[in-house]
Amino acid sequence: MLPNAARVKSVGEAAEIAAVQGRSLWSDARTRFFKNKAAVVSLIVLILIGAFALFGQFIAQYERDTVDFTLMGANAYQGVPSIETGHYFGTDSSGRDLFARVVQGTGISLMVGMVGAFVAVMVGTLYGAIAGYHGGRVDGIMMRIVDVLMSIPFMFVLILMLVIFGRSIFMLFLGIGLISWLDMARIARGQTLTIKNKEFVEVAHAIGVSPFRIILRHIIPNLLGIVVVYATLLVPSLIIYESFISFLGLGVQEPNTSLGALISEGASNMAYGVMWQLYFPLLFFVLTIFAFFFVGDGLRDALDPKDR
Amino acid sequence: MLSFVVRRLAVAIPTLLILVILSFVLMYAAPGGPFNSERPLPPEVLANIEAKYGLDQPFWQQIVNYVWRVVTAFDFGPSFQYKDRSVNDIIAQGFPVTLTYGFWSFAVAVVVGVSLGIAAAVRQNSWLDYLAVGITVGAQVLPNFVMAPILLLLFTLWLGWLPGGGWNGGQWEYLVMPVIALSTSYMASIARITRSSMLEVLNTNFIRTARAKGLPMRRIIWRHAMKPAILPVLSYLGPTFVAMITGSVVIDIFFSTGGIGQFFVNSAFNRDYSVIMGITILVGALTILFNLLVDVLYAWIDPKIRY
Repeated sequence: MLPNAARVKSVGEAAEIAAVQGRSLWSDARTRFFKNKAAVVSLIVLILIGAFALFGQFIAQYERDTVDFTLMGANAYQGVPSIETGHYFGTDSSGRDLFARVVQGTGISLMVGMVGAFVAVMVGTLYGAIAGYHGGRVDGIMMRIVDVLMSIPFMFVLILMLVIFGRSIFMLFLGIGLISWLDMARIARGQTLTIKNKEFVEVAHAIGVSPFRIILRHIIPNLLGIVVVYATLLVPSLIIYESFISFLGLGVQEPNTSLGALISEGASNMAYGVMWQLYFPLLFFVLTIFAFFFVGDGLRDALDPKDR
Repeated sequence: MLSFVVRRLAVAIPTLLILVILSFVLMYAAPGGPFNSERPLPPEVLANIEAKYGLDQPFWQQIVNYVWRVVTAFDFGPSFQYKDRSVNDIIAQGFPVTLTYGFWSFAVAVVVGVSLGIAAAVRQNSWLDYLAVGITVGAQVLPNFVMAPILLLLFTLWLGWLPGGGWNGGQWEYLVMPVIALSTSYMASIARITRSSMLEVLNTNFIRTARAKGLPMRRIIWRHAMKPAILPVLSYLGPTFVAMITGSVVIDIFFSTGGIGQFFVNSAFNRDYSVIMGITILVGALTILFNLLVDVLYAWIDPKIRY
């Protein structure tokens, strides 16, 4: 067995060298992506926003839940954003530092978006790949279930769930995850249908690889491109969902906050001359969504051979 | 065609039934009844009230009764919170409002979106195209709950042109802002879809043939390119319709229009389960019906689809 193992090792090394020299699908895609200026700028914006959410608390002069009682009733002219007072983004209506709150809100919104997208993509891809690979009756039943779930007005069911089982971030994740894997399942199934008739799957089948292993090792890696694109485009729409729910007061609960909750608060105080309470969360919301859309578009142009 | 509709209905009815049962089970599983309050009622009184609303019966009896009432009489039962009104009364009050601005928003989103998309595709890479793409990209990041406060700022606080809220029987001044807020982001999506599918169709061989024969551009677009280009838009109409109804929640909060969304959110906070369920089921039924309509339309336009 030893010489055999040595040979495998050298073949592995040879493959490595070839990979460095050759132009793989991914390196091609990378070149294409970095040629797209809008996508690259958006990627930088996204990294900055991420850094803001992660490290913003170290810049903030106040804790996010410290209430400044001296501002009560005088918010409109004393809680104004300014560098001197240390309230860079001003204060909210309870006299809390808005900068620290926006930092946390951005963080939670990003987390909900990314974790939600991750869960949805995992479940959806696996489900779609299994349905597509098996075909026939299994496929029929699995996709019929997706059809049925899709025609349920999920926003209403989600609100119902949040009311009944209490408002928690876990419930929010569960509910949003339940909505969003459906599209992914459809896309993954469609791709699997074309992949499963390719020779390499046939070969794997012929040498007796188990169906589950074929799906995991041979089909899903080939779905990766479209999955990545879909995931980046899913994140902003999940952030919008979460903001919608938090806007209604059913999502993230005090003292925690998210961009949707902050926008809602700012919008309801609009008439009292404290516009900054709306401007700053709105700015971060719009920037984040924009950046994700552009990066997603850039990735699609780079990875999806159809639209080239 | 008829058998296609019948078959689709055969799927739609179990879907609806699943929705009814799902929401009923959720409601039943909820900890605490609608009559548990800070000041506990004497047990006899509570028993009487529960008997009045049929809550003392076993689970299966309740669910069968509920489904039966909904199916045969379209009766969603009494509201738990407003003692003098039934769920049907509440729906009858709020739903016409939601339907009115929902319909206008839908119309605006489709008409403006499709026109913008076609204009951009026909004049690709002109200033019109760039303008349209700019608008659609900008509008994408403006969901209704962001759009609504911006509109209020602009038209009510700064310009003072439009009333800040209310319904007033649906006069146009009261309709403008809800419709814009609700339709913008969907208008943008529809424009984007129309533009890309129109571009794809305009690059096909049969369009080139039509142009080579010397047909005027107007005729090519309306007679030849329109039908295939509109198909992807059609399949987007279902989600758009759902969003118009769901968006009611936001519109009613911002503009105090008194539609169904306001009742839904209030009931959600008051644990008025029967109202929540009634509205969920109604919206579900409408969604399913609308999707069916879109499918039939799709099959009618696209001869490649067999039914």
